[in-house]
Amino acid sequence: MNATYAFLVGLVPEIAGWPAWAIVLISAGLPALVLFHFMALAPLVYVYGERKIAAFMQDRLGPMRVGPYGVLQTIADAVKLLFKEAIFPRGVDRKLFVTAPLLVNVGAFLPFVVIPWGARLQPADLNVGVFYVAAISAISTVGLIMAGWASNNKYALFGAMRSAAQIVSYEIPSLLIILVPVMIVGSLSLQDLTVAQAGGLSNWFLFRYFPIMPVAFVCFFVAGLAETNRAPFDIPEAESELVAGFHTEYSGFFFSLFFLAEYAEMFVVSAVTSVLFLGGYLAPLPALQQLGPLPMGWFWLWFKAWSLVFVMMWLRWTLPRARVDQLMHIAWKVLLPIALGLVVTVGGLVLWPVTASGFPWDRYVGWPLSLLLVGFLLVVMVRALLWNRRRAGELAYAGSAAAAGQGTR
Amino acid sequence: MIDWLKDVWFGFYTVLVGMRITWRHLFTKSVTLQYPSVKWPLPPKSRMRLFMNYEDCIGCGQCVRACPVACISMKTEKRPADAPPIWAATGQPIKLDVSVFDIDMSLCCYCNLCTYPCPTFCIYMTPDYEFATGNLTEHLYRFAKKDAKFLMEDPKQKAAPAGAAPATPQNPPASPAGASGP
Repeated sequence: MNATYAFLVGLVPEIAGWPAWAIVLISAGLPALVLFHFMALAPLVYVYGERKIAAFMQDRLGPMRVGPYGVLQTIADAVKLLFKEAIFPRGVDRKLFVTAPLLVNVGAFLPFVVIPWGARLQPADLNVGVFYVAAISAISTVGLIMAGWASNNKYALFGAMRSAAQIVSYEIPSLLIILVPVMIVGSLSLQDLTVAQAGGLSNWFLFRYFPIMPVAFVCFFVAGLAETNRAPFDIPEAESELVAGFHTEYSGFFFSLFFLAEYAEMFVVSAVTSVLFLGGYLAPLPALQQLGPLPMGWFWLWFKAWSLVFVMMWLRWTLPRARVDQLMHIAWKVLLPIALGLVVTVGGLVLWPVTASGFPWDRYVGWPLSLLLVGFLLVVMVRALLWNRRRAGELAYAGSAAAAGQGTR
Repeated sequence: MIDWLKDVWFGFYTVLVGMRITWRHLFTKSVTLQYPSVKWPLPPKSRMRLFMNYEDCIGCGQCVRACPVACISMKTEKRPADAPPIWAATGQPIKLDVSVFDIDMSLCCYCNLCTYPCPTFCIYMTPDYEFATGNLTEHLYRFAKKDAKFLMEDPKQKAAPAGAAPATPQNPPASPAGASGP
């Protein structure tokens, strides 16, 4: 609240003269509003976005019927979910059954407390920030196991056990890789971690120690993806094997709580990844940090986190689901050795004064690499669009042939 | 160690290849046709719902015999001698009153065999395919009507004096009045 107050006074100095109740209302209400946005409203956008992205990647249209281009589809779905009956099957442990989705949500939403949206726009700047995120998001695992156990359903229990095994396995490499930026900065606070990357895109941790940190980024992202139980690591809810995994027996409101938690977790993992590797709320160019009087930090964190969420969706519609043994193989035989190697290497490099915060060639790497990546994506995009136009011509020819009575479908 | 590195790199690289493909498809135009509002143009000879033009039927029953699934049922009786003479549009005089002409589309196999033998081209397939119903008996189409407006004069007789009717396979040259059809 104090941080928000300072931020607001920086934005509009007159606020300092307001009555105390108004100051409390606005400086406590604004973070609450932001949190509410991510808790209740953002999943609507996520689900719509995900369905559209899935559709476009499969050359479909996606939801098109409810509202223009289907934008109201998720609202209709949410209303339907909320009004559906919450069914308690015979034999469920009612108390645990109701508590489980709430616990999952607690684990998914409490990390928002420490995510920094700007130099002073942060609900609470804990000195154990990253550790807090890792610790508190593990609560949702308890919720998942509780849901699986309370459902009195073997598929739900299988799903819960798988998710427990998966999250326990992937916590280890992810925590080890969190250590790498923490060792460079010497602080666990997300605010300190962000400030240490100031000075534009080439100072981000992603491009420090050039060949080393990109590996750390990829590994952390993969581990985070696995911790959110999303494809290709969605074996806890593998619909082809376990009806719907741990939420098989849930319906209506309680099911929608699991849904909310999944999307909130996606955002948390993306936001933490952006803070640790992509400079958090810092702009790629220092000049873009401030737009006139308006600090743009919130936009940059939002943009980076949503880009990573997009990558998650992109991966989901690219890769098939990993098998259980492949999952464990990735965690224990690939990510863990890499993470241990990274910790040892970066830990050694940090001790040597010349490479205390990066190799000498790091600042020549960031921009060329990112421009190369963006350029490659643009080239593929333009080629796809050109192919569209060519195919539109072919389709028009086929249509005229059919109209002339020669063509077939 | 080398094998392990190769394996990891291969896994990572193939994921990137897949991501490139999905990224490309993100921008390719979708192939979806939003069916009820947009329809694929059908080829003109597509075989969908049968239609029968009752006014042109001479009651010869060739379509009934041609139908492999017996979905057409027809009842005719001889037209009384004192009834006014009527003709089909192709010029055949109609000698039989068709009292029943039912086509059960729920039985129809869309083979198109009934339309070939029809001497007056009065039964044909239309491109209309949206006739699904909740009740199967609604697929029984009754084409016989009480208030049919038959041609009361020979269309060939009418065309012949003008001398303008060209001789085409579908519209053969006029024969003397009262002559029976081919």
